[in-house]
Amino acid sequence: MTVTSAGGAGTEVEKRDDLVTLTIDDVEISVPKETLVIRAAELIGVQIPRFCDHPLLDPVGACRQCLVEVPDAGNGRPMPKPQASCTLTVAPGMVVRTQASSPVADKAQQGIMEFLLVNHPLDCPVCDKGGECPLQNQAMSNGRGESRFLETKRTFAKPINISAQVLLDRERCVLCARCTRFSDQIAGDPFIAMIDRGALQQVGVYEHQPFESYFSGNTIQICPVGALTSAGYRFRARPFDLVSTPSVAEHDACGAAIRVDHRRGRVMRRLSADDPEVNEEWISDKDRFAFTYARQDDRITHPLVRDPGTGELQPTSWPAAFAAAATALTRAAGQDGGGVGVLTGGRLTREDSYAYSKFARVVLGTNNIDFRARRHSAEEAQFLASHVAGSGLGVTYADLERARTVVLAGLDPEEEAATIFLRLRKAVRKNGQRVFAVASHTSRGLAKLSATVLPTAPGGEAAALSALGDDGEVALDSGGILMVGERLATTPGAYTAALALAARTGARLAWVPRRAGDRGAVDAGCLPGLLPAGRTVSDASARADLAAAWGVPALPSTPGLDTDAMLGAAAAGQLGALVVAGVDPVDLPDPAGARAALAKVPFLVSMEIRASEVTERADVVLPVAPAVEKSGTFVDWEGRPRVFEQVLSGGHALPDVRVLAGIAEAMTHLSRGLGFRTVEQARAEFAEVWFWDGARAHAPAVDAVEGPIPGTGEFVLDTWKLLIDDGRMLDGEPYLLGTARPATVRLSAATLHRLGVVEGDQVTLRTQVGSVTLPAETADIPDSVAWAPEHSAGVRLRSSLGAGAGDLVTVSAAGGASAPGSAGRQGGQA
Amino acid sequence: MIVDPLTPVLSETWDAERSWTLETYTDAGGYRGLEKALTMAPDDVIAAVKDSGLRGRGGAGFPTGMKWGFIPQDDEGAGAKPHYLVVNADESEPGTCKDIPLMMAAPHTLVEGVIISSYAIRASTAFIYVRGEVLHVLRRLQRAVQEAYLAGHLGADIHGSGYSLDVIVHAGAGAYICGEETALLDSLEGRRGQPRLRPPFPAVAGLYASPTVINNVESIASVPMILERGPDWFSAMGTEKSKGFTLYSLSGHVERPGQYEAPLGITLRQLLDLAGGVRAGHRLKFWTPGGSSTPILTDEHLDVPLDYEGISAAGSMLGTKALQIFDETTSVVRTTLRWVEFYKHESCGKCTPCREGSWWMVQVLRRLEAGQGTAEDIDLLLDMSANMAGRSFCALADGTSACVDSAIEYFRDEFVAGMTTPAWELFPYAASALHAPADTVGASR
Ligand SMILES: Cc1cc2nc3c(=O)[nH]c(=O)nc-3n(C[C@H](O)[C@H](O)[C@H](O)COP(=O)(O)O)c2cc1C
Ligand code: SF4
Ligand code: SF4
Ligand code: FES
Repeated sequence: MTVTSAGGAGTEVEKRDDLVTLTIDDVEISVPKETLVIRAAELIGVQIPRFCDHPLLDPVGACRQCLVEVPDAGNGRPMPKPQASCTLTVAPGMVVRTQASSPVADKAQQGIMEFLLVNHPLDCPVCDKGGECPLQNQAMSNGRGESRFLETKRTFAKPINISAQVLLDRERCVLCARCTRFSDQIAGDPFIAMIDRGALQQVGVYEHQPFESYFSGNTIQICPVGALTSAGYRFRARPFDLVSTPSVAEHDACGAAIRVDHRRGRVMRRLSADDPEVNEEWISDKDRFAFTYARQDDRITHPLVRDPGTGELQPTSWPAAFAAAATALTRAAGQDGGGVGVLTGGRLTREDSYAYSKFARVVLGTNNIDFRARRHSAEEAQFLASHVAGSGLGVTYADLERARTVVLAGLDPEEEAATIFLRLRKAVRKNGQRVFAVASHTSRGLAKLSATVLPTAPGGEAAALSALGDDGEVALDSGGILMVGERLATTPGAYTAALALAARTGARLAWVPRRAGDRGAVDAGCLPGLLPAGRTVSDASARADLAAAWGVPALPSTPGLDTDAMLGAAAAGQLGALVVAGVDPVDLPDPAGARAALAKVPFLVSMEIRASEVTERADVVLPVAPAVEKSGTFVDWEGRPRVFEQVLSGGHALPDVRVLAGIAEAMTHLSRGLGFRTVEQARAEFAEVWFWDGARAHAPAVDAVEGPIPGTGEFVLDTWKLLIDDGRMLDGEPYLLGTARPATVRLSAATLHRLGVVEGDQVTLRTQVGSVTLPAETADIPDSVAWAPEHSAGVRLRSSLGAGAGDLVTVSAAGGASAPGSAGRQGGQA
Repeated sequence: MIVDPLTPVLSETWDAERSWTLETYTDAGGYRGLEKALTMAPDDVIAAVKDSGLRGRGGAGFPTGMKWGFIPQDDEGAGAKPHYLVVNADESEPGTCKDIPLMMAAPHTLVEGVIISSYAIRASTAFIYVRGEVLHVLRRLQRAVQEAYLAGHLGADIHGSGYSLDVIVHAGAGAYICGEETALLDSLEGRRGQPRLRPPFPAVAGLYASPTVINNVESIASVPMILERGPDWFSAMGTEKSKGFTLYSLSGHVERPGQYEAPLGITLRQLLDLAGGVRAGHRLKFWTPGGSSTPILTDEHLDVPLDYEGISAAGSMLGTKALQIFDETTSVVRTTLRWVEFYKHESCGKCTPCREGSWWMVQVLRRLEAGQGTAEDIDLLLDMSANMAGRSFCALADGTSACVDSAIEYFRDEFVAGMTTPAWELFPYAASALHAPADTVGASR
C-alpha cells in the first residue's frame, strides 16, 4: 500500500491491478480492493473511533461510532447519509471525509459517543479497564465534554459470572458484539449471545451451558470497555501501575506471543500480543491465565544437598551445591562410574537445551541424553533427526491458513496446540479448507474444524496413513499439509508411513510436539543419536566439526540411551547418576519404573522450579528459573525461534544454562567449564554451531505392525492430555481449572448399550495394574476403542493403568460399586 | 356531483359471504391470473409486472418488477442456488392496517399472487412471514394454502405446467423489527430478528444465503390482477410515477375508519369525504400519511396527492398509506411520546443511536408531557433526532426521528408549553377518546 499526498508529485505506486485509489481527508491512497475505509484511513494516520470493529472479526456495523462522510461514492454522487467506515469497502475514485476534515462526520461521531455514555455507569475509578479503555480514550478524543443527560441510567445487577473465569458487568457493556462474535467466529464456542432487545439488550449465556471455552479470555481483552473482567485479575491492578514485557507462552509448542504485566515483582496478568505471523491476537486461556504456578509455596528457594548423616535435603550455597554435583557427576562419568544419563524434559529454552546437550557430551562424555518425557521410539528419534533437527522454518501458520487440505495424525489441535487450532478454524471458515483427522473419534475441537475423521484405533495410524495415499476423497496433494503429533511415536511404522505419504502426494509435513521446548531440544541435540543442528552422533565428520567448534579433542561416539533405556539401566543399577531437568515421572511411559529408577540410581541431580517427585529423591537439587525469570528462545512447531526476555528479576533461581556452567566450572578436570555462563552467551555459541551442511540422518524405515487385537470385553485404549488438566503448570489458578472439560470415558453408543449404561453413568477401565472410574460419554468412536484423558480430574491414567494409547484395557459398568466421591467430574482411581 | 373514486380490486370480494374461501374467490374470477401466467415464460411475467409500474406497498415504494429482475438467473454462482419468495406479512407499523384485513378477508388473493410471483422468479419454495399475534389471520391463511394445495394450485406440477411450488406460512413472534426485510430473514432462519449487513443484498444472498425476493403482502396480492387484466389496465390508474390502485387505511378521529381502495394520487380530502369526515364536531389537526414512521402533516396538506411524489414533495413519505387522523383534542406531545415509546420498545438494540436515543427521548418526552420540560429540551430532542436519523443501522430509527422532528416542526408551541403545563391539562385526554362526548372536559389521564 502506498500513500501519496494529494498535492505532491505522487510517489510511484506499485502497479497492482487489485489496488483501488481513493481520497481520504484530501490524501490520495491506494489500497487493495475490498479494504475497509476504516483501515485505509489508518494508513494515512487517521484513527476513526470505533467499538465494534475488530480487524479479525467479521464486520457488523453495530456501534455506529465510525461514521464518516462520503461526498463521492466513486460514481460522482455523494452518499446521502454518513457511512459506517468499518463496513464500507473502498471504491475507485471514492472521496471520504473523516472527523479530521468533515464537520458532519465529527458531529455524527460525537452524537454516537454521547448516546453510548448515556447508559454507561462511568465507574472508571473502580474499573479494571480504566486507563486502557477505548471508551474512555475515545470519549476524550471524540466526545463532548459535558453530558446533557439528566435522567436515571439503566441498571443491571452486577456482575454476573458467565464462566468460572469471566464476569460480565452489563452496565458497562456497549453491546459491540465483539465478545459474541469472537466466541462464535474465532473460537467456535457460541456459548454467549446477545439476548433481549432495545436498551435491555445484553450478552447472555445459556443457563444450562456455561461459557466453557478454552479461549474465553480473549473476549476480556477485546472488550472495548470494562464489561468483561477475569476473576483472577479483577480489581487487582491499574494498567498504569503495570510494567509490560513482551514474551512467549511457555505452555505449548505454538510460540504464541504474549505480554506479561507485572507490578512489584508479581505477574498480575498476561495478555495476547499481536503477532500476525503466529497467533494473530489470540491466545488460549492456559497461555493467558496459567502463570501462578511459578509462585506456589513449593518453589525451591535454595540449592539443596542431601546430608549424608540425616538423609535430609539441606539448604546450601550455590558453590557448595555445584561442588557436590560436580564431584559426584565426575565420579559417575569416570571409569567404572557407570555413566550418567540426562533427562531434559520438554520445557527448556533452546539455550538451556543446548547447554544440556553440550554438558552431556563435553562434561559428562556421554550421549545419554533425551528430552522425551513421554512415550517415544527409535523410529521417532530417527524421524526427528532426519526431518526436524536443524531444518529451520518449515511449514508456517500462513502456509496452514492457505492449505487446501490438512491431514492431522496423532494430534488434536484444540487440546494439544491451541493456536494451530484457531488458525485451522480460520482457514476452514474463510477459505473452505478441508481438514481430515486420523483419529479414533470426532473430538469437540475436530467438530469445530468440521473435520472428517478417518476412524482409526490407536495403533492403526501407520496403516491409515498408508491408505491415505490412495484416498480420492481426501485427495492430498502438494496443496496439502500433513501434521503429525508426537503421539505417533506410540505406533510403529507411523512416522515412516507419514513420510511416505508426504513423498507420494507432495504434501508438506509438519511435526507438532506438545511442549514449548521440544523443537528447541531437537535442534540442540538432546537425543541420544543427535548433536546440535542435525549433526548425528554416528557421523564422524559431524562429531569432528562440533568438537572443533567446542574446542575439545573428540566427542563421545557411542550412541546414547534413550529415556526408557536410561531409566531401565538406572533401575537395574547400571547407571552411576541421573541429571533430571523438569521431568515429572507421571508423564513417563512407565511411571512406576521411573520411580524405581530414581530411587535406585546412586546419584540424582534435579534441576527444578518446585518440589517434585524427583526433588524428593534427589541428592542435589538446584532451583532453576521459570520462563518468567529468565530470557531464552522457544522454537515453535514451525521452527520459528521465539526469543523472549526476562520479566521478573531478583529471584533466587538461576537459568539452567547458568547452573550447568556452575557445575562444569566446579569440575577440576575441565579447564574451560562449559564455555558460557549466560543465556546470551549460550545463544551466541549456538548460533555459531547452527550451520551444518554435512550429512543428515537417514529417514526411518520401520514396518507397520498390526495393533493389538482386543479380545472379548477388551478395548484399545486411546488417550491424550486435555488443554486444561491437572498439569502442575496450571496450579494456583482455580478459576481457570473451573473451565476444564469434564473427564469422561468416551465409548461408542453400541458399547454403552452393551454395558447397560447411559451417558453419565460411571464406567471402570481396568488393567492388571489397576483401574480408573469415570462417567461415560458417547462418541463416534469404534466399538473396540475407549478414550479417556491422560491427566484430568485426579486421574493419572498411566500410573493407574500402566497403560497408554494402543494398549488393551477392559471396560465395565461401575454401577453401585463406584466409590463415593468418584461421581460427577471427580474421577476416582483404584 | 361526487364521482366515487374508489377502485375496489383487492377488496372487491371482502364483503362477500365467506369471502375467504376458495369457492368465493374462484367464483369471482380468482386464479385466472395464475392460469394466464402459467402459459407465459417467467421472464414475460416479470416484464408484465415491470410494465404495470407496480411499486412496493411495504413502505419504500421500490418498483416490484425491477426487484424481481435482480434475482440472478444464471446457472452458476448465486443463480444456481434455490430462489425464494418471502412475503412480508409482519405488518406492525402503528396505524398500518391493510395486509392483515386483506389476508383475513381474501387470503387467496395473496396465495395466487405468491404462486405467480414465485413462478416469475423461479422459486420453488415461498414463505409468508405473518406477524405472530394475529392468530385468526394465520388460520385463514393456512386454510387458504391448504385449499390451494387441494385444488392443485400448489404442490407438484401445478395444473400440468411442470412448475412446482410449496408455500410455508410462518408465524413470527411479534417484533416490529422483523418487518424489516433482513431481520425478517434472520427470524425466518430461526435466529433473533436483527437487521443484516448489506451487501450482500437479499436478491443475491437472502434466505439461507440464496437469492430471495421479499415483498409486501399488498404488492404480491396486486400481481394476479395485473396478469389477468394486463399491465396497461393497471398503469392506466394512478399518477405518472405512482401507478395503480392501493389500499389506504384510515384510522383515528374519523367517522368511518377502514380500508379504502383507490388509485394512487387521491387526496386526504377526498378520502375523508368517503369516510364521513373527521369525527363529528371536530376538525383535523394532524395526520400521518403512511404510519407513525412518516413525518406528520396537517390540515394544510389536505389536497396533497397521496402518491409517492406528492407526499414526498410535502416533506413526508407515502409509507404504508396508513392515514391516522388526529383532531384538535389531541396533544401532539403525548402522541409523539406514545410513538417514541413504541420505537423504544421495538428497537432491536443492535445499534447505538436507535437503542440509546429512543430510550433517552422517551425520558425527555415524559418530562415534557408532565409540564416539567427544561428550556433545552426541544433543542435536545432535535439534536438527538439528528444524531439518530441516517446514523442508525436500519430505517427503524429514521421513523423515530421523523415523528419527533415533524411534531416539533408543526407544533413547537405544544413542546414549549411542556416546560410549564402538563399535556393532560392542555388537552384533557378523555376528549380524544374516540367515543368521548363532544363536551368532555377534565384533567384525567
Ligand atoms: C422497521 C421496519 C419495519 C418494517 N415493517 C414492514 C412490514 O411490517 N411489512 C412490510 O411489508 N414491510 C416492512 N418494512 C419494509 C421492508 O423492509 C421491505 O422494504 C418491504 O417488505 C419490501 O416489500 P415491497 O417492495 O413489496 O414494499 C419495514 C421496514 C422497516 C425498516
Ligand atoms: S461485553 Fe464487551 S465485548 Fe461484549 S458486547 Fe459488551 S462491550 Fe462488547
Ligand atoms: S435502527 Fe439499529 S437498533 Fe434500531 S432496529 Fe434498526 S438495527 Fe436495531
Ligand atoms: S466501529 Fe463501525 S459501526 Fe462500530
